[in-house]
Amino acid sequence: MDDLVAARLQMAMSLGFHIVFSCIGMTMPVLMAFSEWRWLRTGKQVYLDVTKAWSKGVAIFFAVGAVSGTVLSFELGLLWPEFMKHAGPIIGMPFSWEGTAFFVEAIALGIFLYGWNRLNKWVHWMSGVVVGISGVLSGIFVVAANSWMNSPTGFDWVNGKAENIDPVKAMFNDAWLSQSIHMVLAAFVATSFAVAGVHAYLLLKNRANTFHHEAVRTALIFGAVAAILQPFSGDFSAKDVAKRQPAKMAAMEALYKTSKPASLVIGGLPNDKEQRVDYAIHVPKLLSFLAHGDFNAEVTGLDQIPVDERPPVLIPHIAFQIMVACGTLLAMAGIMYLLFSWKWQHILFKKWWLTFIAFTTPLGFIAVEAGWTVTEVGRQPWIIYGVMRTKDAVSSMPGLQYSFFLITAVYVLLTFILVWLMRRQINTLPQFYETAKP
Amino acid sequence: MLVLIILILATSFVLYTVLGGADFGAGIIETFAGKREERTISRAIAPVWEANHVWLILAVVILFTAFPLVYSSLSLVLHIPLMLVLIGIIFRGSAFTFRHYDIGHGRSHRYYSFLFKASSFITPMFLGITLGAMILGRVTFDQSVGFYNMFIAPWLNVFCFMMGVFSTCLFAYIAAVFLISEAVTKIERKMYVRLSIKSMAATMTTGIFVFLAAQWEGHNLMPEFFNSPLSIACMAIVAVSVPLILHFIHTRNDFFLRLSIAIQVTAILIGWFAIQYPVMIHVQNGQHLTFLNTQAPAATLKQLLIALIVGLILVIPAFVFLFRVFKVKE
Repeated sequence: MDDLVAARLQMAMSLGFHIVFSCIGMTMPVLMAFSEWRWLRTGKQVYLDVTKAWSKGVAIFFAVGAVSGTVLSFELGLLWPEFMKHAGPIIGMPFSWEGTAFFVEAIALGIFLYGWNRLNKWVHWMSGVVVGISGVLSGIFVVAANSWMNSPTGFDWVNGKAENIDPVKAMFNDAWLSQSIHMVLAAFVATSFAVAGVHAYLLLKNRANTFHHEAVRTALIFGAVAAILQPFSGDFSAKDVAKRQPAKMAAMEALYKTSKPASLVIGGLPNDKEQRVDYAIHVPKLLSFLAHGDFNAEVTGLDQIPVDERPPVLIPHIAFQIMVACGTLLAMAGIMYLLFSWKWQHILFKKWWLTFIAFTTPLGFIAVEAGWTVTEVGRQPWIIYGVMRTKDAVSSMPGLQYSFFLITAVYVLLTFILVWLMRRQINTLPQFYETAKP
Repeated sequence: MLVLIILILATSFVLYTVLGGADFGAGIIETFAGKREERTISRAIAPVWEANHVWLILAVVILFTAFPLVYSSLSLVLHIPLMLVLIGIIFRGSAFTFRHYDIGHGRSHRYYSFLFKASSFITPMFLGITLGAMILGRVTFDQSVGFYNMFIAPWLNVFCFMMGVFSTCLFAYIAAVFLISEAVTKIERKMYVRLSIKSMAATMTTGIFVFLAAQWEGHNLMPEFFNSPLSIACMAIVAVSVPLILHFIHTRNDFFLRLSIAIQVTAILIGWFAIQYPVMIHVQNGQHLTFLNTQAPAATLKQLLIALIVGLILVIPAFVFLFRVFKVKE
């Protein structure tokens, strides 16, 4: 295996693994703090049960997230030493803020998870709030570092070296806001629907269980709101990408030829050889509108991009379709949920609705992985867009594939254990909460 | 500005060694303790290990922001030992948490325990090996010397191996002493006291072997050491704290016991920094990578320092609160 391919696969896998845990780490503390707050306000045992049941799962996911995040902080150098040599001083600032936020998060989580009997109730609740805030902040800082790779600013590139470094400008680059909003919302959509889905599945077995009902409700409040907001954030991101990274836009939309107006290509199989998309639905003028807010605007196609600077088309295009499809479905689920809980609450107990919510369990995370693929593969062949190529950043150590095989084996093993463990955790739940009657 | 950043980097490294080291050491101690001790160890490290672990992340972030060339060179040349450090970190953290939260107590429990203990040896071992490679000076960036000489020889030698063994013993020693005050029963306490004394002896012995191994590998560490008054002072502190630790074990003064071992470990590390400073990585051709010749531009250092100071203002009270909640007996 080529070293560059191995390094890219290892990075993709490590990020793809870690992103799941960081989404959970951003969202669950907020959900738990909300649920605990309801318990403090109402005194109803069920809210406390929900908080405590979740906290057990969160402890496990958080630990795996912490160690897989550590792996990434080393892998940046182990795989991309040339990149970090130049980028470290430029994007070190968001990483150091991230370090701070994560530190606070880890401390507060320790207090939250183990301090139930040692602290005043409201102090305990505050520790949960702190976990939530610092979790979201650390997510934003990491995404800010990534967004700099898409929109590098805050330095001058002179003879293969970064000069006049301005870390503040680098952190608040043009992409940080749109990317951060999109990621945080994605984390809330993915985690909330996954949690709601699992509880909905368990409700299907025992529909009188208040515990699961409350769990679904709490999760879906956050999931629905985030899922409805996400398409707007996506539109904001898309317009931003169209402006800054026309090559990425062309790749994800599989737009081979610059068009005015450009039609939106839905689905299909990009055919690089013939420069067209087979089996796709074309909606006239829509891409022009989505990318530039004008039905007759020109959208740059891949033909405007020099051949050696073109990203691959197949992967970003398909990943983008998957992300949009999942996102749209979840946004509709969100609208339905808000509508039903406002007007037709009895539907929320219906079998078809619970089945549907159970079906949405993995969709948010699929969308997260797909979206991450779009932004990373769509940036290729660059590691720092327009400045440094990925192939020039890779470690010169031969045999990187062994690193990749090793880490893959470890993560596959961990995934199996986690799935097995969570199943076991979940299967023992009803025994504890069977008594709860509506 | 640079001095402050170096100071914070050194502090986080010391704190990681003392606190994170104790968490790894707990896994080593568990190997030599019984089934009953497993619960004490679990209870002792569960609330704090993640926070302790962040000191390492902080050190890594400071390293790649402020001394990017050191970070990228380390990760290029010492790819293999660092990868193994990571494998240990992954398995230790996750196996520990799985064991702590899994409801069952059957076969899976034994597997988690095995992973937890095994990885508790791997990380300190390869961390020590990595540090050894930074001291020994076989590191080279000349690709023409071939794979073995560039990527393996700098760390696969007697000195680095001894450094690994030393770190492992040191971590076990810290953990054993910390666990004394966590013991539930008298018998258990006695066991940790015994393990503390044994691991202390092992640490001292391997410490001497580190110097001998350096000699063996042709690196004269002794004179470097005796030329630095600070190192000699640190050695004196290490020596003086031995009877103090024994005294505090005897009088059951938990707080001062923990404080004196923390000071002892800090003295060992400062003694090392003193002979190493300002070099971070000794390089074969003599062009060592130092704090001074690898530092990032001033604008970066300034922003980093702001983030670190604000961060520490937030983190330190929280950290103290965490330890007060879980480590002070009511």
